Amino acid sequence: MKRIWAWGALTFGLLYFFLPLIGMTNFSLKMRRGEYSFDAYARVLADPKFQETFGFSVMMALFTILFGIFLIVPTAYWVRLKMPGLRPYIEFVTLLPLVIPAIVIVFGYIRLYNTSSWLPLTGTTTGTNLLLMFGYATLALPYMYRAVDTGLRTIDVTTLTEAAQSLGAGWITILSRIILPNVLVAVLSGAFLTFAIVIGEFTMAALLNRPAFGPYMQLLGANRAYEPAALAVIAFGITWACMGLIQLVTRFSKHTRAQR
Amino acid sequence: MAFLDIKNLEKVFGQNRVVKDFNLAIEKGEFISLLGPSGCGKTTVLRMVAGFETSSSGAILIDGKDVVSKRPNQRNIGMVFQAYALFPNLTVAQNVGFGLKVKGIAGSEADNRVAEMLKLIGLPDLGNRYPFQLSGGQQQRVALARALAPKPQVLLLDEPLSALDAKIRVSLREEIRMIQQQLGITTVFVTHDQEEALSISDRIVVMNGGRADQIGTPFDIYNRPSTRFVASFVGTLNLIEAKVIDPAANRISIGDQAITLKEPLGAAKVGDTISLALRPEAGSIVEGANGDTALVGQVMTSNFLGSVIRTRMKVGTAVISFDMFNSPGLTPPSVGETVTLRFTASDLLIIRE
Ligand SMILES: Nc1ncnc2c1ncn2[C@@H]1O[C@H](COP(=O)(O)OP(=O)(O)O)[C@@H](O)[C@H]1O
Ligand SMILES: [Mg+2]
Repeated sequence: MKRIWAWGALTFGLLYFFLPLIGMTNFSLKMRRGEYSFDAYARVLADPKFQETFGFSVMMALFTILFGIFLIVPTAYWVRLKMPGLRPYIEFVTLLPLVIPAIVIVFGYIRLYNTSSWLPLTGTTTGTNLLLMFGYATLALPYMYRAVDTGLRTIDVTTLTEAAQSLGAGWITILSRIILPNVLVAVLSGAFLTFAIVIGEFTMAALLNRPAFGPYMQLLGANRAYEPAALAVIAFGITWACMGLIQLVTRFSKHTRAQR
Repeated sequence: MAFLDIKNLEKVFGQNRVVKDFNLAIEKGEFISLLGPSGCGKTTVLRMVAGFETSSSGAILIDGKDVVSKRPNQRNIGMVFQAYALFPNLTVAQNVGFGLKVKGIAGSEADNRVAEMLKLIGLPDLGNRYPFQLSGGQQQRVALARALAPKPQVLLLDEPLSALDAKIRVSLREEIRMIQQQLGITTVFVTHDQEEALSISDRIVVMNGGRADQIGTPFDIYNRPSTRFVASFVGTLNLIEAKVIDPAANRISIGDQAITLKEPLGAAKVGDTISLALRPEAGSIVEGANGDTALVGQVMTSNFLGSVIRTRMKVGTAVISFDMFNSPGLTPPSVGETVTLRFTASDLLIIRE
């Protein structure tokens, strides 16, 4: 009897998840009247705007991930090592981006760093991109911090640090050769979430007027019928590819298997 | 001059004085154990030597140089932890070679040193394994090799055997001692296990409440404990209350039986109560046993412990335990029996706090 309920729940969940996907995929293939075709996909992929914005967003995502790693791994490590009492507060701060709308952040940025301010970052393309990256990093903070902190929990940070110190290692060596490699798998799951956030983000990119993928999807969705569906399927494909990659990385990281 | 010299070391955590006026001079190549119950400050002393904890006051000299102001990674000290603390992302060989790499030693020189270390710990073929593929005993050996590879001036071990099975604990402690003697490295070994400390140390520091109660060879510590604490912590010991009868003649009484001590009573007056210590193995009830002193008592319990039989007897209000070696021809004393315990007066120690 219990079995039947479990299977029922599973079936319901799968239907709930897959039916819209199937419907969307089906629709995206119907651009040509009366038969299935990949016309919508061809249109999307051939659009120079798609290539341009997608390329831009991927680059932004990569920089955001790198910046996030450099910012968050040392911070989370330091908090665990030296100020464990502060952890609840730091955690609270990292959760703020979930509560504060992105539009508030971006308006704050524009107010602070406009062309007539003390640091006119919005005056140049590079400066604006930098601002956008900071914004993305803020949005990704809750996920990234949590992922890294979880990774740090699996190792004995204090003792490993002391062991490395007694062998003569300084902070850079400890972070790069001991801490980072041990939290890499956790960092990657955070990185994947960051990637997904950056690819889909609309508000910041639009208000800072950067040619990102989010505004492009929005534009396409507002003006076309079949292409947005194709685009969504493509986005899903990318997401799943990322997840597969993480699985692979986890599988191949030799030292983390089945320890304690 | 001592190679590792700890002078007037103090550590205060908030209101809590955890290490108090700790003094210890260790010769080059010596193996010293810090022995004491949990919480007595052993780890804190070790961590101050390693540099992980800053001392509140006092000096720590290694080879004549004060290291107090140096950071842990500048001290050239090898450390072995209870929890092994191997780097999980590195292979055994990379773990052992870590300190060399940090020092800028690379290539065949580093490879040779790593191979030499792995041979020293008896695991020459496990260089490519990861820590999680090793047993606890093997991991701790690797941790030892890792600490020794960069040729530290001093080796510190904080209860390195506590996480291991009893059997491995005994074999590994002997191995640690052998390697230590082979390399002639100055070593401080922290433990709460008296048997461990007695079996492998050149000298033992018995710690009590942040202080060094007594520093001496295992033989000294065991046979001539200088405080009540050392006497009760190291080995099993009878603490006997006695009354002074005649201080000038060293006469005291236990129960109603008067005996003469070897040790002078000093300033004690008639009627004073003093504490005496007697090891269970110091006396015998066998007919014709040696000894210039005898106490008569009633057997309370008699426990067969395998190689020895431990008997407790009552002398007045005092309870004294004594051991005898088991042998097939022996009849164990029965409860209620009156027996005569013979021992040498010099085995009866006066415990002055
Ligand atoms: N970082 C610390 N902060 C406050 N108290 C500490 C700290 N480290 C140790 N102590 C206290 O110091 C005392 C001695 O600890 P420790 O040196 O670890 O003892 P042992 O190693 O002999 O068991 C204990 O009472 C412990 O609670
Ligand atoms: Mg300890």
